[in-house]
Amino acid sequence: MRKYTEKNTDDQAHRMIIPEIPIHLKPKAIVIGTSAGGVEALTKLFKALRPGFSIPILVVQHISPSSDSYLVQHLNRISSVTVKEALDKTVIEPFHAYLAPPNYHLLIEEDFTIALTVDEKVSYARPSIDVLFETAARAFNRNLLGIILTGANSDGAYGASMLRKMGGYLIVQDPSTAHIATMPETAIQQAGADFITNLEGISKFLNRLP
Amino acid sequence: MTHEEINEIQNIEIKLFLEALFQRYGYDFRNYSQAHIKRRLLHRMNLGNFSGISQMQHKILYDSGFVQQILLDLSINVTEMFRDPSFYASVRKEVVPILKTYPFIKTWHAGCSTGEEVYSMAILFKEENILNRTQIYATDFNHKVLKTAKEGIYPIDLIKDYTTNYQKAGGKESFSDYYDANYNSVIIDGSLKKNIVFADHNLVTDSVFAEVNLIVCRNVLIYFNRELQDKVIKLFLDSLTPGGILCLGSKENLQYSAHFEYFSVIDTHEKIYRKEYRRPSTSNDNP
Ligand SMILES: C[S@@+](CC[C@H](N)C(=O)[O-])C[C@H]1O[C@@H](n2cnc3c(N)ncnc32)[C@H](O)[C@@H]1O
Repeated sequence: MRKYTEKNTDDQAHRMIIPEIPIHLKPKAIVIGTSAGGVEALTKLFKALRPGFSIPILVVQHISPSSDSYLVQHLNRISSVTVKEALDKTVIEPFHAYLAPPNYHLLIEEDFTIALTVDEKVSYARPSIDVLFETAARAFNRNLLGIILTGANSDGAYGASMLRKMGGYLIVQDPSTAHIATMPETAIQQAGADFITNLEGISKFLNRLP
Repeated sequence: MTHEEINEIQNIEIKLFLEALFQRYGYDFRNYSQAHIKRRLLHRMNLGNFSGISQMQHKILYDSGFVQQILLDLSINVTEMFRDPSFYASVRKEVVPILKTYPFIKTWHAGCSTGEEVYSMAILFKEENILNRTQIYATDFNHKVLKTAKEGIYPIDLIKDYTTNYQKAGGKESFSDYYDANYNSVIIDGSLKKNIVFADHNLVTDSVFAEVNLIVCRNVLIYFNRELQDKVIKLFLDSLTPGGILCLGSKENLQYSAHFEYFSVIDTHEKIYRKEYRRPSTSNDNP
């Protein structure tokens, strides 16, 4: 399970250094998946986004089917981007972040619009991170940045591997810094990662994107 | 070949597959959400160890048994009793008083799946004393789910959640009045089934079959693209009596439809609309 800790210390040290943003990396969208501990992690990330951050962000946070719109309002209040609940058939726009509504899967169409469905749960979850990452990977190919954060299950690992297969760039929260390590750990095992770092590192990386 | 190229080729294959399915069997998925269709077909492709969508196209043309499988893959039948309890609470408060003014009521559940939604509404109507003067049409294009709907037999382990939903929806009696429990299943009480006709109807390819006072079509349009949504909303418009009511799913919206002007809003949040009594005047109306 804890494979990542077995790597040599050089590698350990390396992960804290923010790598040069690869020249070809010009993401047209960012997808984020998280579960237990995610509200806190998302709060940190959204708070730290620089003013004028324009790349659209799509988020799946596992929540109970009956939750209200608190998280959307909260993230909108603390962040420089406009945070909304994802609406079926609407166009993804710059300077916006979209959260999957409770009890619906969030899919991305290849014409960059949002689709919601009530399909069966995937990896015990609806909304499911796998579904968002998989469909976003097909829509954005190499122009997609994925981020897997804290969580207590393995949703997202399959989607993350699809994302990398389609040429997208994957950042995983360093499991040793995650509230719950299972989700980032499983993602690294199944998909590998282009960059593993803590929340601060992720924020720095995001704010350096063009 | 890059994955990007493969992705493009798959799009072509999917177009051809859907065309084959339509021409051979009349099931028209060509205007469903692309992302949805693609995800489901690729999933089937991997499960069935097909080398590509084209191979599945061959199988669908020659093996009519495979069509049932694909139909199940593409038509999502997920449903529950009193799904979105607040919707049923609003029907009780806003819609029932309107229906009560009619001597005889006709309703239509389009895309009723395995029937849970229909029986939920029948329970509500019974408690409001209008069930005995209501004719309920419940339709779906998937024969397998219609069969389950007619039987009205459901796994007992879901009853706890359904009971909670029923109570949240403002249920007035004890939920257990409405079914008989067996070892691991429940059967819906016969008195609820009396006025329901279950029938095969495809929203994309079939037309108006009755004039009704209420249409409930929840979590079906969400799978259609805008163009197809508009076409089906027109079908609903033509099926509703003046003043008739249309209920959509929580994340479905009439607002962006080309036919929005023919409706007024009863409950924005619960997506309940009412067909206007008069046609709105348009600029190209000649006196
Ligand atoms: C997700 S279920 C919704 C069930 C129920 N209305 C609810 O909200 O709980 C969608 C249903 O729509 C049906 N459906 C999809 N396309 C259809 C079509 N073209 N004509 C009729 N029914 C269709 C499917 O077979 C499925 O049973």
